Amino acid sequence: MDLIWEGLGQAFWLIIRGDPEMLRVLLLSLQVSGSATALSLVLGIPAGTFLALSHFPGRRVIVSLVNTGMGLPPVVVGLFVTIMLWRNGPLGLLHILYTPTAMVIAQCIIAAPIVTGLTVAAIQQLNPKLHLQILALGATRPQMVWLLLREARLPLLAAVMAGFGGVISEIGASMMVGGNIMRQTRVLTTATVMETSKGNFAMAIALSVILLVLVYLVNLSLTLIQQRKRPL
Amino acid sequence: MRGGIVEIWSRFAGRPACSTLGLVDRPADANLLAARHLVVRRAGRTILDVAELSIRCGEILAIIGPNGAGKSTLLKVLALLQRPEQGEIVFDGVKVSPRADLVSYRRRIAMVFQEPLLFDTTVFKNVASGLELRGVARREIKRRVAEWLERFGVAGLAKRAAHTLSGGEAQRVSLARAFVLQPDLLLLDEPFASLDQPTRFSLLADLEALLRETGTTTVFVTHDRTEALTIGDRIGVMIDGRILDLGEPERVFAAPASAEVASFVGVENILPGQVAASGDGLVLIDVAGQAMHAVASPPKGQAVLVCLRPEDITLTLPTDSPSPSSARNLFPAVITRLTPFGAQWRASLDCGFPIMTIVTKRSAQEMGLQPGSRVVASFKASAVHLIQRENGEK
Repeated sequence: MDLIWEGLGQAFWLIIRGDPEMLRVLLLSLQVSGSATALSLVLGIPAGTFLALSHFPGRRVIVSLVNTGMGLPPVVVGLFVTIMLWRNGPLGLLHILYTPTAMVIAQCIIAAPIVTGLTVAAIQQLNPKLHLQILALGATRPQMVWLLLREARLPLLAAVMAGFGGVISEIGASMMVGGNIMRQTRVLTTATVMETSKGNFAMAIALSVILLVLVYLVNLSLTLIQQRKRPL
Repeated sequence: MRGGIVEIWSRFAGRPACSTLGLVDRPADANLLAARHLVVRRAGRTILDVAELSIRCGEILAIIGPNGAGKSTLLKVLALLQRPEQGEIVFDGVKVSPRADLVSYRRRIAMVFQEPLLFDTTVFKNVASGLELRGVARREIKRRVAEWLERFGVAGLAKRAAHTLSGGEAQRVSLARAFVLQPDLLLLDEPFASLDQPTRFSLLADLEALLRETGTTTVFVTHDRTEALTIGDRIGVMIDGRILDLGEPERVFAAPASAEVASFVGVENILPGQVAASGDGLVLIDVAGQAMHAVASPPKGQAVLVCLRPEDITLTLPTDSPSPSSARNLFPAVITRLTPFGAQWRASLDCGFPIMTIVTKRSAQEMGLQPGSRVVASFKASAVHLIQRENGEK
């Protein structure tokens, strides 16, 4: 028990003092996971919208694959991206393995199916007659898609939260494609693992608390937006 | 030449295609839309098969029919929200080709569905949505939305979130959202079907007044005969995807084109009349110059349609002593026709106005009824059902 209290106490001071190494790790985590989430939205929302609104043979198979991808193990993604970016791998020429860029790519692969799958669900939960009403109001096809997305904005925010939540807390992919290099690719999760294995519990607890608070703040702000102006 | 220029001008100025401002000389029954051979099939079943349908400028065409008759499909096809497998639509004199610019076609039409289908935003923004899609200037939108919210009696709700409205309020907003577009053609798909009775009546009255005032050409789909009779200039009966009868309400109800239509509309006597006196919940109606009593309370001078079910009419011979029944309405009549109707006869009578009644074959025999026989038709004042019509019509 002492270990926990002692760790918590030291963690508290580390946070209050604003330990520079800790701040750097925090900042990089935000940058990498933020970029990966943004990229996954750019890819996932149009893809999900298309899958939700179109009819073509094999559509359901693709949707089921996307849904499976929502539970993609980060370690598997890490392995796959590592192989692709390996020196003699297909994309080895890019020389981006063990850089934040590689981490963004890997995390984007994790988040994109989550965003896509939840976008499909968000649009399909709308009243199927709504798109007829929108067209009857004189909408062009892009205008209709825009209005449908606007109608689905609350579940879409849930997709954003789930995507970000998924990548900020993953470790397998970041460790494998980033390598936990100090001041370069060290993020909150990889640093926590390292500090724990070194027996440096105070720092590990401090990093964990920051991670929890971060995830909470992001979700809190999105929830506030989501619940805004919803009088009974 | 002049007509042509005015027509082009009126189109660009966003005037209704059926403008009756006196600028365009149109024959009284000019068609806004003429459809031919519209066919829709789903899974090998024909859901829509309309050989011909004309919608006249400025009219309210009510389409009635049982559930699943294809009424909604017809509206979706007319709005080209659904493509027919076959068929052609001529709108405002121009053939609409399947490859046509659907968006500009749909922008001349507005449609209201059974569900209000409002957007998850304020009432004001809902009503503004169609105008925003058309890129109408902000000030213009504000003016027009405010005007139509006012006219539908929901101006006080402008800032409310749409999902907080009651069913009737939401449907008013949905109607305002369609009217604000000043469509050439308004398609209404059972807009009151999910509302309770009092809400339905008040909304129906408001809707009819606004339709008459704006002269909007309208197709009104419903399964409710009373709604159709109240609002329709002409009534079409749709069964199994086909329009089996179409014409003036009195004609369609009094003399259905076929047995199928008759069994849906119910054989009724429908007579145009006018309230001659009113008071104490009783009215005296002038029907073709004769006085008829009814239990109702519309004001004097109100134009009405008198509905009378054949089975409520009793026939007696003029020589019989007056029956002790409480029937207030007694009309001497002549039988013009007797047609078999199952175990009964359907008797067409002339009492100064035509009505139809049913007598059992047995009593017809006892009374010695045949064409030309003189009889007395009697029915209670409470058997008379009145439907109010806009004054000045017909």
